[in-house]
Amino acid sequence: MNWQPLYEQLAEQLKAGAELPFWQDFYVSICKAFLVADRWQLYLKGIATTLQLTVIALAIGVVLGMAVAVIRTAHDQQLPGRRNPILGLINVLCKVYTTVIRGTPMMVQLLIWGFVIFKSSRNYAMVGALGLGINSGAYVAEIVRGGLMSVDGGQMEAGRSLGLNYFDTMRFIVVPQAFKNILPSLGNEFITLFKDTSLVSAIGGAELVYYAKGIGGKIYDYMYPYIGIAVMYLIFVLILTWLQGKLERRLRQSDRR
Amino acid sequence: MIDVKHLSKSFGDHLVLDDISEHIHPGEKVVIIGPSGSGKSTFLRCLNLLETPTSGVISFEGTEITDPKTDIDAIRRQMGMVFQHFNLFPNMTIRKNITLAPVRTGLMAQAEADDAASALLRRVGLEDKADAYPAQLSGGQKQRIAIVRALAMRPKVLLFDEPTSALDPEMVGEVLEVMKQLADEGMTMVVVTHEMGFAREVGSRVLFMDGGHILEQNEPHAFFANPKEPRTIEFLSKVL
Repeated sequence: MNWQPLYEQLAEQLKAGAELPFWQDFYVSICKAFLVADRWQLYLKGIATTLQLTVIALAIGVVLGMAVAVIRTAHDQQLPGRRNPILGLINVLCKVYTTVIRGTPMMVQLLIWGFVIFKSSRNYAMVGALGLGINSGAYVAEIVRGGLMSVDGGQMEAGRSLGLNYFDTMRFIVVPQAFKNILPSLGNEFITLFKDTSLVSAIGGAELVYYAKGIGGKIYDYMYPYIGIAVMYLIFVLILTWLQGKLERRLRQSDRR
Repeated sequence: MIDVKHLSKSFGDHLVLDDISEHIHPGEKVVIIGPSGSGKSTFLRCLNLLETPTSGVISFEGTEITDPKTDIDAIRRQMGMVFQHFNLFPNMTIRKNITLAPVRTGLMAQAEADDAASALLRRVGLEDKADAYPAQLSGGQKQRIAIVRALAMRPKVLLFDEPTSALDPEMVGEVLEVMKQLADEGMTMVVVTHEMGFAREVGSRVLFMDGGHILEQNEPHAFFANPKEPRTIEFLSKVL
């Protein structure tokens, strides 16, 4: 399908001040927002960066979140009289981390990362990914901690009574069960994270919103670029939701009777 | 084998075990009975430190397990425990439930543990369930698996915490049967139970607990035939 001849013809008429019917006007705007000057390539670039940001932030968030959750749970589960002072100190640091991160807006955190801590860095996207990951870690930590606490205490007792140490019991028995319980909340957190990558545009990260904003400025029309990326975000969220449902069904395997 | 000296345990202000001293000899089958809230489960759970005693000393074969420096995991490997609610790992197949601990603790290689699991499962008549998940089993089957899982660590003593209390009446027999077999083979056992028939038939010694004390103990026939303490007589008149 060649969109160009019709577009040029209609654009010509518009320039001449003609009143076009709605659908022709719509056609011109769509072409301008997505097709003229191969602008669709910019959206693709933006999507690539957005996905990259999501994956990196996700990795940081999950590793950080799991670590914090395990430390905090391990601290709370110590036998009285056998408390480890170093673990106590790390536990306090973890508490401070989750409190500060969850108590301040994501946007403010990104601005601080971008314009205060890494103000001389030009790699805006990586700084953004770091900020997002550290933010996400605090939420993942609380989700995972809730999940670990949701596993029946008898499971830990059974593992320990067999002579398994604390970390083996966590790794093979408690964490896999907790993971199944927290998958819905974790999935939601990941979807939120994916959408929050849009904030990285505020510190100059060249992701989807950044390009849409640029294109909107160029063609003096923000409606189609912004609605366009909204649709793109939605499509990805639908895909993620579908994947999440699939994974949940697989993990429910051991529940079948 | 297990030596308990002046064991006390309180939860907050509530004193559950009050200065208990007791000794469990190798090969003994000690059955602990008593009303609910008497501290019998807490006593059992103190023996492998699932509960931390408030005061007192517990030793296992000369090792003081209440000493914070003792490697409690190494002790627990030699003391199996069977729980009221089975506590099988629902995320693993039965085979994995049984082999996880022996393999992870370095007691056996995976192949060896698989063989051991098959042999143990055959013994309790559940060899066809090796690849099932716990959710697919009945309560009695789960508890037999839980016993097998504890046995796979080749423990020197088995602790049973009301192993039949969560079972349908018709499944109690199959679990008691397995426990009886173990007793006949000479396993040292400490059993908290409400099954008086089992206590009489299998026990080598019966302890009666109430209010955090061991009020009375005796060899089972004498214990049931002529209990001495008024509280024991009252309890037995209600349950027998």
